[in-house]
Amino acid sequence: MEGIVGGRKKKVWSVFKIALLAVLLAGYMIPFILVLINAFKRSGTIIRNPLRVMDPNGITLDNFKKAYESMDFPRAFFNSLLITVVSVAIIILISSMTAYLFVRASWKINGIFFALMVAAMIIPFQVLMIPIVSIYGGALGLLDHKATLIFFNVGFGISMATFIYHGFIKGNVPISLEEAAMLDGCTRRQTFFKIVFPILKPVTATIIVLDVLWVWNDYLLPSLVLTSKNNFTLPLSTYSFYGTYSVDYGALMAALVLTVIPVIILYLFLQRQIISGVISGAVKS
Amino acid sequence: MYERTKAAKVKFFLLFGAPALAVFIAVVLIPFFYGLYLTFTNWDGVSAAHEFVFFDNFVKAFTDVGFWNSLWLTVKYVLFSVLLINLVAFLLAYLLTSGIKGQNFFRSAFFTPNLIGGIILGFIWNFVFQRAFVSIGKTLGWSLFAESWLSDPAKAFWAMVIVTVWQYSGYMMIIYVAGFMSVPKDLIEAASIDGCTGFQTTRHVVMPLMAGSFVICLFLSLQRCFMVYDVNLSLTDGGPYGATRMAAMHVYQKAFISREYGMGQAEALLLFAVVLIIVLAQIYLGKRREVDA
Repeated sequence: MEGIVGGRKKKVWSVFKIALLAVLLAGYMIPFILVLINAFKRSGTIIRNPLRVMDPNGITLDNFKKAYESMDFPRAFFNSLLITVVSVAIIILISSMTAYLFVRASWKINGIFFALMVAAMIIPFQVLMIPIVSIYGGALGLLDHKATLIFFNVGFGISMATFIYHGFIKGNVPISLEEAAMLDGCTRRQTFFKIVFPILKPVTATIIVLDVLWVWNDYLLPSLVLTSKNNFTLPLSTYSFYGTYSVDYGALMAALVLTVIPVIILYLFLQRQIISGVISGAVKS
Repeated sequence: MYERTKAAKVKFFLLFGAPALAVFIAVVLIPFFYGLYLTFTNWDGVSAAHEFVFFDNFVKAFTDVGFWNSLWLTVKYVLFSVLLINLVAFLLAYLLTSGIKGQNFFRSAFFTPNLIGGIILGFIWNFVFQRAFVSIGKTLGWSLFAESWLSDPAKAFWAMVIVTVWQYSGYMMIIYVAGFMSVPKDLIEAASIDGCTGFQTTRHVVMPLMAGSFVICLFLSLQRCFMVYDVNLSLTDGGPYGATRMAAMHVYQKAFISREYGMGQAEALLLFAVVLIIVLAQIYLGKRREVDA
């Protein structure tokens, strides 16, 4: 008897929980939905009624055309893609090698550099941005190149990546495996790339997720480095588009949709990897 | 050790360590120390020459009312945001680990804002506050939404808090979910056999075991909220009348708009010192409460 009552109570409770979650979810999604529906409406209709689902004169794609062209979407997309892929690839390569060196060679100099990297992880970007602009912009004149931004991204990404690789190599890569390879005549470099690097795959995935999200969405650093429109990444070109079309709401909404869509599509396919990457990244650092 | 000779050791170091260390030195170490040096000069960002002014910039920073106002505002913003982020995130994680249908779908959906940059999130909410809420207010006659929140100093502050909570609670939820799942099932069973209610079990068994998750989430949310810039820029741009200008934006404007680089850098370092003290205190206090299962 008691079991039945308890079961019913449990059922009511779980229905309540689902209802609560559904309401919360709707609240979370409303901003996205509002942007999406308004991207297909004419600006006049948006100003009159932003909550209306459809434009009375039918949906329009003009907003997308305008945003696509004035943002120079293909170029900004390509710039973002290039900068993200190259930055993250370099971070992965040189951080894993450095972490391996730090774990396998316990020299004093390695200990000092590792401690410096760990300490540097807490330094916020705002503390470094003024000197960076002053050194690389003033004296060296190196700003406004995509390569310079990639160089900075690598510099800011190395510490955390090395730290995460370091922990993993120390705990999960058996040294006997490497010794066997080197007895068979492998050099240090061959041993690393053929034996060690493949074992690092799960951490590499974590670092890729964290760093891709960061580099792809970064605004402040790119805004200080890249000044000419040809070099703009997606966040930069969206920001500058907002400055020029500040009252053309239809086009603004379309610009937001265009910027967000690539990431959402990627998320649909890689949900599990992205979420587990975030968890292990947070726990490790 | 495979490398026996000195030459082989140097080669190992140069091949594996040199690239990363060179970039790290050039992008982090040198700018950090050069930044310390800058605070003792009166460089304006343009002229080649600058003078050594000793502690002038720190004196000016300490007496810069605008800086302290923005720092105080940031502290209030951080307080509300961090509390609400973690409250909402913990609640979501609690609901989404109780074995209801579709919990993976819910988790992925609540995480979505974290895939998108702060600049874009701020623009999205700028439209919501300026157009959608005002339209709701007019249609339903609600005075709360009659005017745009972004043109009222007090409400613009809460707009910043709301967007920040919306942005980060999904992220922290993911970490709390991992924390909930790491609590051994037999401990929860034991507690309920001993007569604990669901609430008591959560409060006295699960939460102490999750102290690690709390430390991580508080650390991440404190650090991110203190350094807020992107959302601040695209949602309110510090307005109306500078009422929502957070510390990071103040530093940015001091350096790159007023062109007082030395003073801007001095204020950036002060901000960093405040954050460092708070974060270290939080980690120290949190670690003491950690328990093992």
